[in-house]
Amino acid sequence: IMSLFGEVPQATPVAVFKLSNDFKEDANPKKVNLGVGAYRTDEGQPWVLPVVKKVEKIIVADNSLNHEYLAILGLPEFRSSASKIALGEDSPAIQENRVGAVQCLGGTGALKMGAEFLRRWYNGNDNTKTPVYVSAPTWENHNAVFANAGFEDVRPYKYWDAEKRGLDLDGFLGDLESAPKHSIFVLHACAHNPTGTDPTHVEWMQVAEVMKRRKLFVFFDSAYQGFASGCLDKDAWAVRYFVTQGFEMFCAQSFSKNFGLYNERVGNLTIVARDSDNLKRVLSQMEKIVRVTWSNPPSQGARLVAITLNTPELFAEWKDNVKTMADRVLLMRASLQAKLQALETPGTWDHITQQIGMFSFTGLNPKQVEYMIKERSIYLMASGRINMCGLTTKNIDYVAESIHETVVNVQ
Amino acid sequence: NHKTLETSWLAFLASDVHPPHDWSSISWWSEVQMGPPDPILGVSEAYKRDTNPKKINLGVGAYRDDQGKPYVLSCVRKAEAQIAAKKLDKEYLAIGGLGDFTKACAKLALGDDNEVIKSGRNITVQTISGTGSLRIGANFLSRFHTEARDVYLPKPSWGNHTPIFRDAGMQLKAYTYYDPKTCGFDFQGALNDISKIPEKSVIMLHACAHNPTGVDPRPEQWKEIADLVKKRNLLVFFDMAYQGFASGDIDRDAWAVRYFIEQGHNIVLSQSFAKNMGLYGERVGGFTVVCKDAEEAKRVESQLKILIRPIYSNPPMNGARIAATILNTPDLYKEWLGEVHGMANRIITMRELLVANLKKEGSTRNWKHVIDQIGMFCFTGLKPEQVERLTKEFSIYMTKDGRISMAGVTSGNVGYLAQGIHAVTK
Repeated sequence: IMSLFGEVPQATPVAVFKLSNDFKEDANPKKVNLGVGAYRTDEGQPWVLPVVKKVEKIIVADNSLNHEYLAILGLPEFRSSASKIALGEDSPAIQENRVGAVQCLGGTGALKMGAEFLRRWYNGNDNTKTPVYVSAPTWENHNAVFANAGFEDVRPYKYWDAEKRGLDLDGFLGDLESAPKHSIFVLHACAHNPTGTDPTHVEWMQVAEVMKRRKLFVFFDSAYQGFASGCLDKDAWAVRYFVTQGFEMFCAQSFSKNFGLYNERVGNLTIVARDSDNLKRVLSQMEKIVRVTWSNPPSQGARLVAITLNTPELFAEWKDNVKTMADRVLLMRASLQAKLQALETPGTWDHITQQIGMFSFTGLNPKQVEYMIKERSIYLMASGRINMCGLTTKNIDYVAESIHETVVNVQ
Repeated sequence: NHKTLETSWLAFLASDVHPPHDWSSISWWSEVQMGPPDPILGVSEAYKRDTNPKKINLGVGAYRDDQGKPYVLSCVRKAEAQIAAKKLDKEYLAIGGLGDFTKACAKLALGDDNEVIKSGRNITVQTISGTGSLRIGANFLSRFHTEARDVYLPKPSWGNHTPIFRDAGMQLKAYTYYDPKTCGFDFQGALNDISKIPEKSVIMLHACAHNPTGVDPRPEQWKEIADLVKKRNLLVFFDMAYQGFASGDIDRDAWAVRYFIEQGHNIVLSQSFAKNMGLYGERVGGFTVVCKDAEEAKRVESQLKILIRPIYSNPPMNGARIAATILNTPDLYKEWLGEVHGMANRIITMRELLVANLKKEGSTRNWKHVIDQIGMFCFTGLKPEQVERLTKEFSIYMTKDGRISMAGVTSGNVGYLAQGIHAVTK
């Protein structure tokens, strides 16, 4: 029989997963995986947070729990406690009853729901032509999420200055000034992926001022709260500042990294609206979108996070676990920079300790990246992005030497 | 320079030019209309608000035991204990999901020894339960099945089918299915309509336990449908949300799916483990495309991943891990088959009890269809006005189309239910 799918072309694999695959198949005992963004211990192992293990036991022992459907928008105690994490316990917006949330499948799911809603309801009923701006560079799935939600015009805004290895503030502000009114901007709340370069408080204030004046939509992507500095409140500064500035906005939260719950797909789309009436109508339309996508979200991860956030001792333990992860990353940053300096590797390497969060944009070019992979079995993204969590006290010398050798031999 | 900038900014902030800016009159969302409550899930929400102690919820298709309580399967609890003891990590699954799950999921539907599986010409991905599976399927067909935009649903079909396919960009059409005169299958009507469906259109078939009617074709009828569908060169989309739940027998319930494949239909298939494993909120499902050969399956797989990634990246682990453990552990699998059988049996018993009680109430209507229909749902034949009365006067909740979830019926409430139904139909 003729196949209906005879013309379906082979799609190119998602880069970051292909990298992990190639790493798996590499037989070199010295191989190092600096690709996928997941935390690793100093033994190079995944880490299930101690508080998570504890709460899992609580859940298993509780015979009153079952596997019934959650509500369309998710577990209420998860949604509200997750939003509090982003906006702060005493957020005036929460007190004014104009904050709502949709439990989603990870940060991706939260971005997806927000995008779908905006396409339908943001500025008139058809926002397919409304420009969506994502940072240059950005997480590679941002483009696809918004494009698949129907946005035809996804554009970059200047962000990373490759020459000075820092934020291109003038370029960023310039793009904000020249963006068509009502454009949507995807902002990284902290620990920018992939550059690890965040605006300072003053820089964020400038961004907010332009966005307000030019009526641009604020869509925060918050995948690393707690992971950047080790402190939840510090990492939420930008999000909370924008709330004080009166924006109606979305914040896509992920609990994949800060709770280590990657495969349970725990995310939350926090919605800050003008008032509770607008919020109510927004949530009712969100329900319709959820219903045609996944009907209702998975319960396990949300339950786990809700119990943790709503139980004081567990909440404290969680914050501690988060700090453990953030501290190890900071240690690896300091070590790597020190070693490169000691080796007198050409170039400046301050950006390694100035950047924040899981990732570092090393500045290695594609040829150098290829060399690292092929000759040294050190796997990193073609952009030069490395996951600091892939570094351990055992492999950091090898990595530093390899970077040195690569920079010296390959231009 | 930075210091000067900071000082001037702080001064700016302290000045009155700066907010709290009065945005109070403007909202982005002023034009957002209030969305209507979901017709199915909205029923449960109304039920929850009702304070009548005799209230009955016959809305959502979630199984209840004879005490009206949610039922966590014993094999599920055992699987959970086994999994907990393994101390697994929480690393991301692949985009297509847990391999142990997807392989077992395909085997369950198609049979262990199915030639399709042996030749590797199916691709099965883990999805967010049945809804997620249908959505991925709809997206896939919308993008790659460009010869035809139309999906033909049976009349009636699950309420969420239409919005899912529409949102994915397909057009919805219908073929005759339910006969309100007999509360049964309008076989000739279905054949007539199907014979007119344009070639290459997508036709949706409920594999077993049709939702909402509970009316399934008999095997001889399925054979004729399969024949006709092949003549019309239609793309078959099977929705199998109740395997095991219909007759109590896994293989019997998958018969139609397997027959179609045997007859050479390269189907697409959605599976849900919400009901048959009671894993509702864990969101466990699968989407399968039966391809021409393994090479095509690889290409299709790569495209499914491209569709999945911008929606939720990769699926949730917990439920899939439970399902895989059950399907792949002989003791647990056997126990599961027994429990599914038990759930299906309780429902069959409730059907019989309901009819017996209606007769006892003095009803002279023909209620044979309640017993003839199969699976979780029963299309009572009640009209919207009668449904409204049942809800308002008796606090008995069901969807407007007269569909009741038999799983919500217990030996404790079947008498009251019969009273109510008789009262509004006599």
